[in-house]
Amino acid sequence: MVTEADVQDAVVELLRKTVVRLPADVKVALEAAYGAEVDEVPKMQLKAILDNIALAEEGVTPMCQDTGVTIFYITLPRNATVAVEKAIVEGVRRATKEVPLRPNAVHPITRKNPGDNVGDRMPYINCRVGAEDHIEITVMTKGAGSENMSQMAMLTPSQGVKGIKEFVLNTVLRAGGNPCPPMVLGVGIGGSADISMKLAKEALLRPLNKRHEDPAIASLEQELLEALNLLGIGPMGLGGKTTAIGLNIEYAFCHTASLPVAVNVQCWAARRGTVRIHPDGRMEFPTHEGVS
Amino acid sequence: MATRLKTPLSEESVRSLKLGETVYIDGVVLTGRDEVHIHALEMFEKGESTPVDFKGAALFHCGPIMRKTGEQWEVVAAGPTTSSRMNSLEPSFIEKFRPGAVIGKGGMSQPTVDAMKEHGCVYLAITGGAAVLAAKGIKSVSGVEWYELGMPEAIWIMNAENFGPLTVGIDTKGNSLYAAVGAKVKENEKRARSQLGLE
Ligand code: SF4
Repeated sequence: MVTEADVQDAVVELLRKTVVRLPADVKVALEAAYGAEVDEVPKMQLKAILDNIALAEEGVTPMCQDTGVTIFYITLPRNATVAVEKAIVEGVRRATKEVPLRPNAVHPITRKNPGDNVGDRMPYINCRVGAEDHIEITVMTKGAGSENMSQMAMLTPSQGVKGIKEFVLNTVLRAGGNPCPPMVLGVGIGGSADISMKLAKEALLRPLNKRHEDPAIASLEQELLEALNLLGIGPMGLGGKTTAIGLNIEYAFCHTASLPVAVNVQCWAARRGTVRIHPDGRMEFPTHEGVS
Repeated sequence: MATRLKTPLSEESVRSLKLGETVYIDGVVLTGRDEVHIHALEMFEKGESTPVDFKGAALFHCGPIMRKTGEQWEVVAAGPTTSSRMNSLEPSFIEKFRPGAVIGKGGMSQPTVDAMKEHGCVYLAITGGAAVLAAKGIKSVSGVEWYELGMPEAIWIMNAENFGPLTVGIDTKGNSLYAAVGAKVKENEKRARSQLGLE
């Protein structure tokens, strides 16, 4: 039987792994970018990033001082009996002290900081019920530098794919060196105003080396990514070939009279982590396999 | 080979640095962001002297996370903050206090570029988010001033060894890597647009 305490422990461990170590696909993409750069400036920036990643792993310290806010995606078994959401809140509280995480969560108006990354609706938990018998918890620790560059727009259906491309391009141009590039772009298309932004963030949960299963969307992802890397913004906005190391799109059907599109901007520290807790208490960390 | 700079930085050594060059700093690094600039300039107006001498200093736009063990402060994380927030204050800060280098991320605007040219100061870019690497170059903390401004806003006096890598983003000849990249990106935008079938 999995208890609330087990889930809490799993969440603390998940957060530690997530802020210390990048998923393999992100690391591979950064290494490839380092290999592809020729000029000294972008090469040096990517080397600093890779060295920093190695030092963080070695010292089990957060790779960036901004450990973000915690956004969770959970899938519960139909017959779940443990209070997973409560365990997550407590887990975040504990991780803030134990990892440690920087206390970033504040009241939006008074800007008061409770100091434990917990407040109204934060951690933010997206929850669904799945067919499997395990509990799955995914977390994204999202820093502000990149999140602040995100944008959404209600396009008209006649603007179509061109409008979408234009919007993605302009979002990246406006972001420039601010979101600590090389960046990853999550693009959400359709749904409604709120759903498009949700999809944009969920797109960031997909590994960078996995294209969308719809071939038309997959080729749009590729096309946009290649075009963005012609811009020459480069690592840290200091120029270079690598402006983005990934671009994922998710879509939903939308009203015939609207075309919502959203871009969620992610920095090089593209931190995400997943834990699966099986009914017998066994835990798996699929995003952080083979590492302690 | 990367250049090693020792603080206090001499005007001559600063003026010899080239745009895009990689440098490392040995010596003292002083943190200072919004409040330090405001506070120091106010004191200057009143004719009072600041608790630390900024002449030839390496001023780091950084609001660090620090930990106190016993009497000793230690750096937990010391990544750069966005320098453009100091755009309106930096030119007069450079004129009045004559630091040799400003370290940060994202670059600074033309008035700062001009002040750096006139007074012999460079802008050194440090990799955003690479807080563990930055902290590694800081061997110890010898003091803190204006702690009442809050941990991120205080002046932390840090002893650096091989602090970097840093990229010369603005030199003393009026060149800015940021302006150069901006102009190139504008040019490249046309290629990206045509590749995407826009216009
Ligand atoms: S944008 Fe990302 S890498 Fe840069 S400081 Fe924020 S969290 Fe860290």
